[in-house]
Amino acid sequence: MDPQHLNLIYLIIAAAVATFLTRVGGYILITQMKQIPPRLEAALNAVPAAVLTTLVAPAFVYGGFDVTIAMFVAFAIALGLSLSTLRMLVIGWVVVMLIRHVVM
Amino acid sequence: MTKDEFWEGVRGGFPIMLAASPFGALFGALAVDNGFTIADAVFMSASVYAGASQMVGIELFGNHVQPWLVVLSVFAVNFRHVLYSASIAKYVRHFTFGQKFLAFFLLVDPQYAETEKRGERGLPITFAWYLGFGLVIYIPWIFNTLVGAIFGQMIGDPKAIGLDILLPVYFMGLVMGFRKRDRFLPIVAVSALASIAGMHFVGSPWHVSIGALAGIVLAACLPQNERTPAPRAVEKEA
Repeated sequence: MDPQHLNLIYLIIAAAVATFLTRVGGYILITQMKQIPPRLEAALNAVPAAVLTTLVAPAFVYGGFDVTIAMFVAFAIALGLSLSTLRMLVIGWVVVMLIRHVVM
Repeated sequence: MTKDEFWEGVRGGFPIMLAASPFGALFGALAVDNGFTIADAVFMSASVYAGASQMVGIELFGNHVQPWLVVLSVFAVNFRHVLYSASIAKYVRHFTFGQKFLAFFLLVDPQYAETEKRGERGLPITFAWYLGFGLVIYIPWIFNTLVGAIFGQMIGDPKAIGLDILLPVYFMGLVMGFRKRDRFLPIVAVSALASIAGMHFVGSPWHVSIGALAGIVLAACLPQNERTPAPRAVEKEA
């Protein structure tokens, strides 16, 4: 196995260990600690939305106009109709395919 | 008795397995698209077993983000599980050490939600039930990754069939899933602006850490609410 591929394997193992730590961490903490400081809890609470937003916003701005339009339409319809993520994916995909193969 | 509980768990997890299947296949296809082999993709699904963070991982890996940041991001996306394991601690105390190990490994969002629901109703949470519920989601997840990865390898240009739109829209759906949380809008707005600025002035992959940090620091600095929110995070991954 070449070293670069080996690095990927290590990366996956590290990700698996990190994930397992989150899954067992709360159990260990709750049996040790009485209360999480409120600011720490607020910060932890913000983590997923903050991290995931950084994967969305740049794609929206720099992804090209077809990606921008598809993301916007998927967002607007999914929010308006409270659609599931899967339906939202279908809408985004249909819009981008229409732009790429019909409009262009 | 134990056998019945196991099958009760299997029946309970079955619809969730169906709902998660497209995402397993999607992960497999996109992983191959981001430079994974089929075996790598299957290995990641089997060992990490957390769909959203796996998607984040392959996206960052594909963009040649530094390994430590990839692992940190996976950790960050999965951080909600800390709340889950803290919250279900009272229900799994009677498991043996080995059973707890396996139970926490399988602790995905629906597993948490269902355990909590069952515990609140006063139904017994046996290891057999927990395992049945967990395995009926876990095993197909790996299989679907394999199918998706094989399919992904046959695709020439992912843009021509619109594969590239799926990850950003998927992440957008995940972000929207958190919209009931405190300070959702200011956090998202700040993280969005900071990540775009980071992309523009510093470049990828630093926009991820810059944007994330901005939102997290904001959340810690904003005046805190009086009420202490219980771990209510039952966001769905998919």
